[in-house]
Amino acid sequence: MKIPVTVTVNGQVVQREVEPRMLLVHFLREVLGLTGTHVGCDTSQCGACVVLMDGRAVKSCTLFAVQADGAQITTIEGLARDGRLHPLQEGFWEMHGLQCGFCTPGMILAAYDLLQRNPNPTEEEIRHALEGNYCRCTGYHNIVRAVRYAADRLRVQA
Amino acid sequence: MYPAAFDYYRATTLQEALSLLKQHPEAKVLAGGHSLIPLMKLRLASPSALVDIGRIAELKGIRRTDGTVVIGALTTHREVEFSEALKQWCPLLPEVAAQIGDPAVRNMGTLGGSLAHADPAADYPAAMLVLGASMKAVGPGGERMIPAEAFFVGMLTTALQPGEILTEVHVPVLGPGTGWAYEKFPHPASRYAVVGVAAVVRVEGGVCREARVGITGAAPKAFRATAIEQALAGRPLEEATIRAAVEKAVGPEGLLSDPFASAEYRAHLCAVLARRALLRAARRAA
Amino acid sequence: MATRYFGVAMKRREDPRFIAGRGTYVDDLTLPGLTYAAMVRSPYAHARIKAIHTDKARQHPGVIAVFTGRDMVESGVKSLPCGWLLPGMKLPPHYPMAVDKVRHVGEIVAVVIAEDRYVAEDAAALVEVEYEPLPAVADAEKALQPGAPAVHDEAPDNVCFRWSIGDAEKTEEAFRRAHRTVRLHLVNQRLIPNAIEPRAAMAQYNPATDEYTLWVTSQNPHVHRLLMAAFVLGIPEHKLRVISPDVGGGFGSKIFVYPEETIVTWAAKRVGRPVKWTARRRESFVSDAHGRDHITEAELAVDERGKILGLRVRTIANLGAYLSTFAPAIPTYLYGTLLSGQYEIPAISCEVTGVFTHTTPVDAYRGAGRPEATYVVERLMDRMARELGEDPAEFRRKNFIPPDKFPYQTPVALQYDSGNYEGALNKALEMINYKELRRQQEELRRQGRYIGIGLSCYIEACGIAPSQVVGSLGAQAGLWESALVRVHPTGKVTVYTGTHAHGQGHETAFAQIVADELGIPIEDVEIVHGDTGSVPFGMGTYGSRSAPVGGSAIVLSLQKIKEKARKIAAHLLEAAEEDVVFEDGKFYVRGVPDRFKTWGEVALQAYLAHNYPPGLEPGLEASSFYDPKNFTFPFGTHIAVVEVDPETGKVKILRYVAVDDAGRIINPLIAEGQVHGGIAQGVGQALLEGAVYDENAQLLSASLLDYALPRADDLPAFEIDHTVTPCPHNPLGVKGIGETGTIAATAAVVNAVMDALAPFGIHHLDMPLTPQKIWKAIQAARAA
Repeated sequence: MKIPVTVTVNGQVVQREVEPRMLLVHFLREVLGLTGTHVGCDTSQCGACVVLMDGRAVKSCTLFAVQADGAQITTIEGLARDGRLHPLQEGFWEMHGLQCGFCTPGMILAAYDLLQRNPNPTEEEIRHALEGNYCRCTGYHNIVRAVRYAADRLRVQA
Repeated sequence: MYPAAFDYYRATTLQEALSLLKQHPEAKVLAGGHSLIPLMKLRLASPSALVDIGRIAELKGIRRTDGTVVIGALTTHREVEFSEALKQWCPLLPEVAAQIGDPAVRNMGTLGGSLAHADPAADYPAAMLVLGASMKAVGPGGERMIPAEAFFVGMLTTALQPGEILTEVHVPVLGPGTGWAYEKFPHPASRYAVVGVAAVVRVEGGVCREARVGITGAAPKAFRATAIEQALAGRPLEEATIRAAVEKAVGPEGLLSDPFASAEYRAHLCAVLARRALLRAARRAA
Repeated sequence: MATRYFGVAMKRREDPRFIAGRGTYVDDLTLPGLTYAAMVRSPYAHARIKAIHTDKARQHPGVIAVFTGRDMVESGVKSLPCGWLLPGMKLPPHYPMAVDKVRHVGEIVAVVIAEDRYVAEDAAALVEVEYEPLPAVADAEKALQPGAPAVHDEAPDNVCFRWSIGDAEKTEEAFRRAHRTVRLHLVNQRLIPNAIEPRAAMAQYNPATDEYTLWVTSQNPHVHRLLMAAFVLGIPEHKLRVISPDVGGGFGSKIFVYPEETIVTWAAKRVGRPVKWTARRRESFVSDAHGRDHITEAELAVDERGKILGLRVRTIANLGAYLSTFAPAIPTYLYGTLLSGQYEIPAISCEVTGVFTHTTPVDAYRGAGRPEATYVVERLMDRMARELGEDPAEFRRKNFIPPDKFPYQTPVALQYDSGNYEGALNKALEMINYKELRRQQEELRRQGRYIGIGLSCYIEACGIAPSQVVGSLGAQAGLWESALVRVHPTGKVTVYTGTHAHGQGHETAFAQIVADELGIPIEDVEIVHGDTGSVPFGMGTYGSRSAPVGGSAIVLSLQKIKEKARKIAAHLLEAAEEDVVFEDGKFYVRGVPDRFKTWGEVALQAYLAHNYPPGLEPGLEASSFYDPKNFTFPFGTHIAVVEVDPETGKVKILRYVAVDDAGRIINPLIAEGQVHGGIAQGVGQALLEGAVYDENAQLLSASLLDYALPRADDLPAFEIDHTVTPCPHNPLGVKGIGETGTIAATAAVVNAVMDALAPFGIHHLDMPLTPQKIWKAIQAARAA
């Protein structure tokens, strides 16, 4: 069985026929070639696969592509606008919020979701909001600083 | 990581969903998918068909009718967490929802999906018991209301019949003088509740008129700690009273046991978390 | 050399690709005609394979091939090799797929190759394996008991090796003279590495050239190529190209040559199409080499003044079912040799028994032997301080090797190059305001709050070397490093390093070194690693060796280049070579700085060779193989402050201070990041992580639902500083920094928790310090 899906990914409308069992993460990575979204586990724990669906962070490994039919998806590839990094991307770079880079896309998009609902989070709130995202390299110290950096930048811009 | 193949049917109305389930009796219902898809990825569940109810508008939204809050089954944990209406009418639920999974999980996972899955370590069941909630199920034979006490039958088992869909959760509005709290001891890996205790107390004139304590995570299904409830009824909610009421109120018999937490440890956590939840609830009631 | 970059906290040059989602990890790669492999793994820890029926799987639509261990062995595939041999050790074969018996849960018995991942997984479930289950043992102590099921016929008692270091007789004597002794039984539990990127491998065979290309998540692609070519698959080494692109964390687990990459390489030729395998996380749990897993009896003896007389250690090391690539080295030369810690210990004796069990193989995991050694020493130091009623900081201070005793020869083979242990301790104590903290601790105890302060004064040995010495100890490889520096005609520079970065930031840190040495902008420097097709043979990255060994190799090549460039410049300047000065990217005649040739002019002339010194070869590139004179020895003091909830047993880390000395720091931003991550993994071991096997050697902690990694809200903000004691024997004065955090943190946190629990009379609990364990201990103490 194949099902047609239409998804707007990073502003582009794409139409494909997919097997119902295809996970959204594989649709992004293998059908669309957007390999910035990663797979780190098989139990919805690690958060490497987080993308934005209709503006909210979701784990694309725990979603069938058919469920995203009609949705707006933003992946890490679509976060920068007009060649300008998003303040979160800037923050991760400035504050050394990444090492191997594998968790980074999911981490950035999870932080994006946080800053949308809480533009001025405390350190504790940041740590709590990132509980669905594992990083094995940074000890999270600089990730927290990166998110704070972005929060400050976004508030100045607002 | 790669689910087995299945046929996929998308319903846009409840009626359509019911008839799809009738046509495909082997099908499972897919809502947010955050209970079902993880099982399918590990091939612990391999249904041959799914009926996706995720877009049925009539299953969404939070409204109030008289003294009851009606929450659509497709309401996400995040919507519960941030609902101003619920914060006003039934603030225990946002407090519980905020502790489920993680933010990305809460964005997709639904109230109805979680309840229908009946994971013994899920957070909502304890709250449903103490709130006196009831679940509306609609099936081929019409609709029925199932009280929370009867809804949770056992580990991963509910009173829902084949072909039935959980459509709404009805929760009485918390009245004045009522305090509430949810205390959770999460597993460090899964962050499911090793033990979670929900408490609701009603205080009049400094005396506890009614205390309800619901416990999830500890046993194959959530249960009310009636011994604690009885020990508190009619008494002022002072720390010493609460401490005495929770002490050994839940024994290890029949509790779950795993490498992280034995039945004895779970029983102990029940007492500690019950005390903490009751103390916070009492403060809020005052 | 003018320092413009060295020591500067530069933002990383590799980050733009990662923050934009443009990193290239193995699973991101695809090829025309790509197929996908799914491994069929044993559900049993120990079983005889009676038969494997593959027909149903083969007939499944979309399946291209199914192979078993017998297919591989019959085609001439050999055992995976072990790269470190100890005298008298047993070395049973380890085939990529089991042939007659399986010896741990997750061992591969067959592989399915199919058109897509989902179909491969479908078909893997259709492979029917008839097993005859056999008794199994997961615990190393139990494996040594008479009658325990033998893992291999070659080792009926399950002993792989018995190894010792130090002077047993002298140590006995020290204990006889002791004023006071303490003894601890320590379980250093098994850890599962869990790099967030699962291991992956993709292989392609080109029949036109008879060449293979393997893309693999590897910390050392040349080691992969050599071992696979020379020992396992018999492919001529020059016909196998190994590429390790961006790698999502390693922590040791991606050093080793695993069955999966050999299977896909072998299968790519058989099926005539490229083959890719990517681990699902649950495969990672049973197939990535695990870490630690020691059971140790340790004793410390002191004299009347509280000075240490001797240390006696007996360790049983669980090696798992097969010997992973460097397994024998970890609980021996990377462990026993570190047992002197930061202290003057006149007599040390250490005996290690390496044991086979029916579990996933155990090998290097971040720190690799050194965290285990630090844990033994630092737990004993705390235990003894308490026994003597001394402050743990002062007891340590009294026993430090003083700064004027370096180089210091320990009784366990190593000669420490440099150190100032008291300097790091003092700084850490000051940062945490130790005296005031102790006062607060007392006050809070009176209020029923249990705060604990834990110290860990660690020593690390990294950049293990020199090659001749490690060879005499059993290494089947040299432990030097290579660097090829190629200057292009425009003066731009490409550096090919034999190390590999999987998060460590070499593309930035190494470029900082090069730009300074040549006086050119860092933008003009490119660092290349991870491709045996372009990089000279190198040993890769592990054991915190990249900066001290790989960085030094780059410096050697730069020296050769500058020497040659000076000759060219002297010719152009019509001056004697010895009169030419190279500074800030310019060559000038001494005393006449305005008569100069730029770096670019000289580089161009090296390739034009029109106006050129007679007899000199054109071109400007140099390669070097740097073999260090010694290990380097980073050290430091970490202090953890914790609070234990006595009701639930839950531990919260309130503060964490780290003072590390890794010599000169190339890039403080990167160095601090390494410390942060290392601490998190050390904390993980202390509080959260641990493999759990049941009586049948089934791994119960086989997913991230069961095995807890530290999350952001499990950790505090870290307070980091450092001291600088340069390494005296490498050209950069640098030491390794990649593992210090992990080596230090575990003992610091456990010591802190034990300090918090001291009022209950609890002296020791084994890791991970889960709430239940602490609660039970408090219950027992209260009942007593």
